[in-house]
Amino acid sequence: MSEIPEYLRKGYIEIEELKKIIELPSEERLRKKPVAIPECPQEIPCAPCREICPTDAVIMENVNDIPRVNYDKCIGCSLCVQICPGLAFFMVYYKGNKARVTMPHELLPIPSVGEEVVLLNRVGEEVGKGKVITVVPREKSKGDTPIITVEMPIELAWDVRAVKVVRE
Amino acid sequence: MRLNEHPILNFQKRRGKKIKIYFEGQPLDAYEGETIAMALHAAGIRVLSYSGEKHRPRGLFCAIGKCSSCLVKVNGIPNVRSCITLVEDGMRIERQQGKEEIPKTVKPPQWKDAIKVEGDVVVIGGGPAGLMAAINAAKAGAKVVLIDENPMLGGQLVKQTHKFFGKREQFAGVRGVKIAEILIEQAEKNENIELYTETSAIGIFQENDRKLVVAIRKNKELVEFWGKAIVVATGAMEKMIPFENNDLPGIYGAGAIQTLMNTYGVKPADRVLIVGAGNVGLILAYQLLQAGVEVKAIIEAMPKVGGYFVHAAKVRRLGIPILTRHTILRAEGKEKVERAIVAQLDENWKPIPGTEKVFDVDVIALAVGLRPSIELLHQAGCQIAYIRELSGHVVRRDARMETTIKGIFVAGDAAGIEEATTAMLEGKIAGISAALYSGKSNISWLKEIEKTQKELTEFRSGPFGKHVLEGIKKVMVGEINE
Repeated sequence: MSEIPEYLRKGYIEIEELKKIIELPSEERLRKKPVAIPECPQEIPCAPCREICPTDAVIMENVNDIPRVNYDKCIGCSLCVQICPGLAFFMVYYKGNKARVTMPHELLPIPSVGEEVVLLNRVGEEVGKGKVITVVPREKSKGDTPIITVEMPIELAWDVRAVKVVRE
Repeated sequence: MRLNEHPILNFQKRRGKKIKIYFEGQPLDAYEGETIAMALHAAGIRVLSYSGEKHRPRGLFCAIGKCSSCLVKVNGIPNVRSCITLVEDGMRIERQQGKEEIPKTVKPPQWKDAIKVEGDVVVIGGGPAGLMAAINAAKAGAKVVLIDENPMLGGQLVKQTHKFFGKREQFAGVRGVKIAEILIEQAEKNENIELYTETSAIGIFQENDRKLVVAIRKNKELVEFWGKAIVVATGAMEKMIPFENNDLPGIYGAGAIQTLMNTYGVKPADRVLIVGAGNVGLILAYQLLQAGVEVKAIIEAMPKVGGYFVHAAKVRRLGIPILTRHTILRAEGKEKVERAIVAQLDENWKPIPGTEKVFDVDVIALAVGLRPSIELLHQAGCQIAYIRELSGHVVRRDARMETTIKGIFVAGDAAGIEEATTAMLEGKIAGISAALYSGKSNISWLKEIEKTQKELTEFRSGPFGKHVLEGIKKVMVGEINE
C-alpha cells in the first residue's frame, strides 16, 4: 500500500499540500481577473469541469485524471464552479487589499448581495466576516448549484471556502 | 416533524392529500403517497415492533423493503413492511409483538388464477440499472415489463440530492433526483414498456425457452410475468455491524435516513452520528446539513476517508469532524437512541481504553457498506461466488452481463457494489443483451454494447474503479473487455 496522503487522513486539504499537487496562479494573474482553482487532488472518474470550460483551460486527459487549470487561458467565467459535482472548484481574485472568493453555496438561506456573512475555513472555523458581492441563484446556475462571490481581507483568500449566513 | 424548506427539494409540491391513520388507536395525520413508516416517523413514533424472545423494541432499518425490521400489523394483518406500504385513509396500524399469529378474523383475499403478463424481457428492479435496462431493451426492439416493489420508481436515485460524477453524457453534474425523473419519464413514455410498482418478485422459474417471474402485487395479488429474458437489477442492501444495542430504534441505515428526509420530507433526527466515511456516509452528512439536521461527527475505522475526498471536504468546511480510526462501542437509550459511545482504535483494530467519547444523538446512521441483493439469482440457480472487492456474494457473468443461466442477465449493485453511473451503463448493456437474446433485436445493437463497454472501462480506469475491476475479473465468465 502506498502512503496515505494527509488530505485523506483529515478530510480536508491544507494549502501547502495542495501546492505540492497543483501549481497555484501567480499574484500577477490573481490581480488580473478572477481565476479558477481546482481543489480536487484525488483521481476520481469525473470530467464536467473540462467539458463545460469554454476556453479549454481545464486540462485532463482521462476522465480519472485530476483537473489542472491553465491560468492564462482561464477567463474567470465561473462555469466550472457552477457545474463541479464535488463542489471543489473556487475562484480567487485580488483587488487592492481585498480578495474575492467565488464558491458554491447549497444551503439555506442563500445570502443576498451586500449581505455580511461569517467566513468559514476548510474545517468550518469562523475566521472573519465578508461581504457578498454577487450571487448566481440556482435557477441561473449552469450546474444547478447557487454560487456566491464574497469579498474578504486578502490574507483570508486561501483559507475561506464556505460561509455561514446569520440572520436574526 | 416534517421538512418544509430545503435548498434542493420541494416537498409542498410532492405531498398528496392529508388523510387520517390510526396507530395503536390514536389518530395521526398522514399524506397520500407516503408509506406507513414515514408517516409514523413524522409523528415521532420510532418503535414499530417488539422482538419475539426478549421483547426488545425494534424500528426501521433499511426503509426500502429489504430488511423486515419495520414489520407492523395493518388492519389486523401482521408482517406488513411498513416502509414500502402506502398509507390509506382510516388505516389501523398496530405494533407487532414478535411472531404474530395468522389472523383468524380477517378474510384472506379470494383465490383467483394469477394475472398473466407477457413480454420479451422482464426487468426486476426500477433503479438506475433496471430503468436503463428497460429503456434500452425497448429501444432495441423488445417488449419490456419492469417491476419494482417500491411505490415509486427510481431506486436510490430518488433520494440523491447531490450531483453525479462521470461525464456529462452519463449525467455528470446532474442531481440523482433529476436523473430519476429523466429516466422514469423515458420509461413511462415508451409504448414498449409496461411498469408495475408495489410488485415484489418472489421467484424465477423456467419452462422450455420461456421464463417466469412470480410476483405479489400490493401485498395481495399474485401476478405471473412471462418473458424470454430476464434482467435482475435488484440493487443492494445495507450492511449492519455488531455493537451493543445495535437493534435500538434510531439506528438506521444511511439509505433509510435519505428516504425519510429526501423522498418523503420527514425530519429524520435532531442530532446524528454517522458511522462510516465512505461516499454514502459523507454524502449523507451533507444531505443532513441541507435538511437542517445537526451532524455531531462521522467516525471511520480506517485511518483515512474511504469515499471521494471532495465529499469529505464539503462537510469538513461546514464544521463536521471526521474521526478516523474510531469505532462505535455501543448505543444507549430507553426504547430509542439517546447516546452513542465511540472509541479510538489501535493499530490492531482494538479500542483504546480511556479514549471513549459520548455523543448525545437521537439517530445513529450506519454507512458501513452495502451487499448485493442476489436472492432471486441464487434461487434461479445462477453460479455464485464471494468477491470481497464487489462487497459480497455475486453471480458469475460475462461481459454482456449474462449470468451462467442463459437468458438471465444482471446489472447494477446486484452484480457487485459500485455506483449509480456504472449501474446505468451496466443496465444499458444488460438491457440490449436481453433484447438480443429474446430475438427481438438485431446485431447492429452490438455496436452500442461495445461503445458502452468502452465507457465502463474508461470510468473504471482510476484507483476506485481498478479495485472493482479486480473483483469483476474473478467473476467474469469468458473474455473481459479492457
